[in-house]
Amino acid sequence: MSLRGAAYIAGAYEHPLRTIPNSTVAQVHAEVAAGALADAGLGFDDVDGYFCAGDAPGFGPLSMAEYMGISPTHVDSTETGGSSYIIHVQHAAEAIAAGHCKVALITLAGLPRSSGAGIAGAGRFGNSPEVHFENHFGMSIVAGYAMAARRHMHEFGTTSAQLAEIKVAASVHAQHNANAFLRNVVSVDEVLESRIVADPLHMLDCCVVTDGGGALVVVSPDVARSLKRHCIPVLGTGTGIKHVDNGRIDLTHTAAVHSGPRAFAEAGVTPSDIDYASIYDSFTITVLIALEDLGFCAKGDGGRFVMDGALQAPFGALPFNTDGGGLCNNHPSNRGGITKVIEAVRQLRNEAHPAVQVPDCELALAHGTGGNLATRMGSATLILGRNL
Amino acid sequence: MTSQLPLADIEPTIENQPFWDALRDNRIDLPYCQRCRSFVWYPRAICPLCHQGGLTWRTLPGTGHVYSQTVVTKGTGRWKDAGPYVVAYVQLDSGIDSVDGPRILTNIVGDNALNVSIGSFVCSVVDRSDDANRFILRFALA
Repeated sequence: MSLRGAAYIAGAYEHPLRTIPNSTVAQVHAEVAAGALADAGLGFDDVDGYFCAGDAPGFGPLSMAEYMGISPTHVDSTETGGSSYIIHVQHAAEAIAAGHCKVALITLAGLPRSSGAGIAGAGRFGNSPEVHFENHFGMSIVAGYAMAARRHMHEFGTTSAQLAEIKVAASVHAQHNANAFLRNVVSVDEVLESRIVADPLHMLDCCVVTDGGGALVVVSPDVARSLKRHCIPVLGTGTGIKHVDNGRIDLTHTAAVHSGPRAFAEAGVTPSDIDYASIYDSFTITVLIALEDLGFCAKGDGGRFVMDGALQAPFGALPFNTDGGGLCNNHPSNRGGITKVIEAVRQLRNEAHPAVQVPDCELALAHGTGGNLATRMGSATLILGRNL
Repeated sequence: MTSQLPLADIEPTIENQPFWDALRDNRIDLPYCQRCRSFVWYPRAICPLCHQGGLTWRTLPGTGHVYSQTVVTKGTGRWKDAGPYVVAYVQLDSGIDSVDGPRILTNIVGDNALNVSIGSFVCSVVDRSDDANRFILRFALA
């Protein structure tokens, strides 16, 4: 069964704040839900499908349904880290196509700045079977991605200056986003001169830590037709996972090699057709490897691909993360993910900031990378259209 | 040898107890699937290639080379003040012709650890606390 045209994104909302004092995680989930429903022209009473991941408190969909006062007939708490919410769009489209719901709400929220809390969902790893073989070596999140970057440099000659180009492009975009956490434009040299956190990655190769959240409302074609708001059709979806593979891990690719081709095939388009791409950017290397895996360039050519402003809107070869991305704008709950879909929807509705709006944006891709590149991770790719 | 890096309390499970028993005696023992001619990493009771049990434990030579590494300047949690330290994936030698050892997460320790690079040859080090109750598998440059 193809999901092409099976569902539409009717509402998208990103919390405007990056530090949210005097609030709870459940409260922010409910606030972004209200925002996305209002954007769609719908209300909580219309929701019959609810999706959340490891950042939701308590029993996930059970706790949040109670808090928000909804009674969905379909729930899903698929957890693949920062890619969860892009998988949720796929699962929402599947559930809608199967007739299990018509109005699916997806929420993400977290308060890592205000609360000092660690990675959402991390508490569940205490009894993981690999825990004593991985967790006692001081491998911070950035250290895992640094090893991927180091191996990519070794195999393909990728340079720190090339990785820095990714941060530069994000910062060029973020200057136009009044809500962005970092709005200052940075140069390649400034990235390279920022302190090393885990070599070869610098402070400015890393995403921001922000409070915040976002929500999406995915609806059936019938509901979409009944709404005044411009609804964005889902054209293609793909999920992939990758893990240590019995001690044979390869750090130079991600599960995007699986999720990307599935999404492109379902949508019936190719990478060269994409007008705008939201690429998950926990670190600069996360973007570079995903661009290769998704087929925007050949494996190993990512470093050359991102040079000369290729990622900069509106006229680069592949404008990316025009909200400033996780690198500059927002990475709520230490994962983001949903913000990738939100900015793709803005672009397709012609509602991005005029300075970064891609002219005639008809096809957009939103891609998530969850978990850790250095161990186990989930990739999710979504292709959206301005119209079906 | 004892590095200054943090050591944690290990809670072996019934699946991986032989690994920790061998490591206490300075050996690297891993489950081996004779059907697949493959070591199983991380240690567990079922081979992820053929999905069957009945694995045997074999001792590896304790040598290998670095697949990738990073020097962490600033760690987090208990590792906050441990830097600079080296986190690495080491490809273990299997000791068996035409069988690859697994790539495993570890630290490179020793006075010259920061000189590590991809391809560096390394030897196993059982890093122990003073009372020897805490220990873990790390590596030093060969």
